[in-house]
Amino acid sequence: MNPENYLYLATILFAIGSVGVLVRRNAIVVFMCIELMLNASNLAFVSFARLNGNIDGQVVAFFVMVVAAAEVVIGLAIIVTIFRTRRSASVDDPNLLKL
Amino acid sequence: MTAAAAARWSEGGGQMIAEATGVFSLTWLLIALPLFGAAVLLLGGRRTNSFGPVLATLLVGLSFVLGFVLFVQMLGHSAEERAFDQSLFAWAPIGDFSVDVGFQLDPLSMAFVLLVTFVGGLVHVYSLGYMADDPDKRRFFAYLNLFVASMLLLVLASSYVLVYVGWEGVGLASYLLIGFWNAKPEYATAAKKAFVMNRVGDIGMSLAIMLMVTTFGTTAFSGVFAGASEASSGVLLALGLLLLLAATGKSAQMPLQAWLGDAMAGPTPVSALIHAATMVTAGVYLIVRSNPIFDLSDGARLAVVLVGVLTLLFGAFVGTAKDDIKKALAASTMSQIGYMVLAAGLGPAGYAFAILHLMTHGFFKAGLFLGAGSVMHGMDDDVNMRRYGALRKAMPITFVTFGAGYLAIIGIPPFAGFFSKDKIIEAALTDNIWVGLAAILGAGITAFYMSRVMFMTFFGEKRWAKDAHPHESPGSMTIPMVLLAVGSVVLGAALVIGGRFVSWLEPVVGSAEEHEFAIPPLAITAIIVTVSLVGVAIAYAMYLRRPIPLEAPTGSVLTRAAREDFYQDAFNESLFMLPGQYLTRFLVFFDNRVVDGFVNGSAAMVGGGSARLRRWQTGFVRSYALSMLAGAVLVVGALVLVRL
Repeated sequence: MNPENYLYLATILFAIGSVGVLVRRNAIVVFMCIELMLNASNLAFVSFARLNGNIDGQVVAFFVMVVAAAEVVIGLAIIVTIFRTRRSASVDDPNLLKL
Repeated sequence: MTAAAAARWSEGGGQMIAEATGVFSLTWLLIALPLFGAAVLLLGGRRTNSFGPVLATLLVGLSFVLGFVLFVQMLGHSAEERAFDQSLFAWAPIGDFSVDVGFQLDPLSMAFVLLVTFVGGLVHVYSLGYMADDPDKRRFFAYLNLFVASMLLLVLASSYVLVYVGWEGVGLASYLLIGFWNAKPEYATAAKKAFVMNRVGDIGMSLAIMLMVTTFGTTAFSGVFAGASEASSGVLLALGLLLLLAATGKSAQMPLQAWLGDAMAGPTPVSALIHAATMVTAGVYLIVRSNPIFDLSDGARLAVVLVGVLTLLFGAFVGTAKDDIKKALAASTMSQIGYMVLAAGLGPAGYAFAILHLMTHGFFKAGLFLGAGSVMHGMDDDVNMRRYGALRKAMPITFVTFGAGYLAIIGIPPFAGFFSKDKIIEAALTDNIWVGLAAILGAGITAFYMSRVMFMTFFGEKRWAKDAHPHESPGSMTIPMVLLAVGSVVLGAALVIGGRFVSWLEPVVGSAEEHEFAIPPLAITAIIVTVSLVGVAIAYAMYLRRPIPLEAPTGSVLTRAAREDFYQDAFNESLFMLPGQYLTRFLVFFDNRVVDGFVNGSAAMVGGGSARLRRWQTGFVRSYALSMLAGAVLVVGALVLVRL
């Protein structure tokens, strides 16, 4: 199978993820969409590693996974805290940082 | 003669300057005594009210006694060993260049020390009586002491920078004293006028000092005078003209003469001090002290002579038209200082005579001013001579002492002014016939206007105000007047006969070889005395034979011009003051509109821009995400475009 197709798939996944981040209000869904974008880029990295015949892309994919795991922990903690105080998981509600 | 003068300094032969030892190491005390008095009176505040004035007078008296002791000591040395140098401390050592605080006591500064402390001391004594009822007399005496101390510093300093310190001190003290009654706005304005005009002259002094530093690398007299003979003629001319500018400011010479008349706003003892001992004599001192520079520059000397001649005639003409007794005397000072400057401009032939006239003038002019103060004291501070008349019976002592000063200033032998003025006119005639003739004409006019003052004040019929009760002044006022009158009578003869004063000053200013003039000196003397007597006779015919109207008659164009000081103030105002005011107004406009507009405009621009930018901060996470995405797309797009 042509490895370039993985790249197309990664692009489609990334586009779906970014549209999801922009249009959905629920923080959990937005979060999942971010994960989708991260994994789309992981897929692209691995595909490039395969295409170029070295393992640089795979190494970077591991780093992205570590960062994503850490990000999930902090992000979910923030979302839970916001939900506890404001009884809502909408990303549009907490706009208090505006001047 | 110029080469000889240069040789005196380059070889160091004529005047040996020894280290001050023994009594002479007390030179600094001359200045410190009155300065201490000023400090005590100013810092002590009201506690010193009771004894302050007497303390101030005593300190100046002590300074005179010390000066006299030094003088006697100095007489004991031979003529070449009469200069002493006392170096106190390095004031501003900067690498190779250093400004030291040091004093130089030589025959020239000795003469000034005696004049300043003696006349200054008498003015202090006189002020004890004159200012007795003034609530602020402590402050007055503090300023008088400061004045004397500054003048002593000026004449004793051994470098131009230190002279400059004293020079500014004199300017400050005169400002404070002229504006002493500053509750009256016009008096405060007069003080400001004197201060500002003096600053114009001071520019000359400071530029001269800078030029000395760049040319000679020092401002000490010894260094500057030793290097003068090797300096280029352009530098010497510039130095001479700058020093002359400084002298015109302090000595009220053309073109900076306008402050002197208004300086009469101060209490009369101050006028006596300014005109006789301190202040106006400083310019003459500066020129004579800088004689090695002027000796080497004919152009600078010519300028000095021109300034002197113009001022002596200007002052004399102004003096003829003034009805205010103090302003008439002020004009006469201007004119007499003109004689001194003229003599100083004649080079070695005239330096000694300039100082000689300065000494005799110090005595008779102080006497005249103190006499005028006494008259005002008796006439309830009226200064208008048209309201005087026949005062000789009411104030006999004032009449006699003023009369002695009067006879001295118009040069009637054997009074003091005769000897000194006669010498100056002889020297001027030897130098240039026209300068000499101008000086003789000035002598005639002097005789005329001083006789006018004399006749209008002490002779004729009474023209007093209704409630005037003239009376003789108290002893503290008359005793100084009597002492000064004695000086006005005998000082000239004492100094001139046998050439004592000229040989006394010779180590400092050098001497000129004798010039034989076509007319014998006795004939010149006869001419001068005759011209003076003609002036007296005209005044007699105009002001004693005819009644004097209470209101000044309109007079001819010349009279009106002279009454207005030949429109000097209008001239200065239209030429300097008004353009200056327009310039400042323009600058204020420029500052308010252009500079402020630019600054305020940029601030408003930043503020407005930030208000716009702030709207981007919506607080919605998703809009931030959108802008991040847009940014990422832009960056990637740009990279792709560049790659292609």
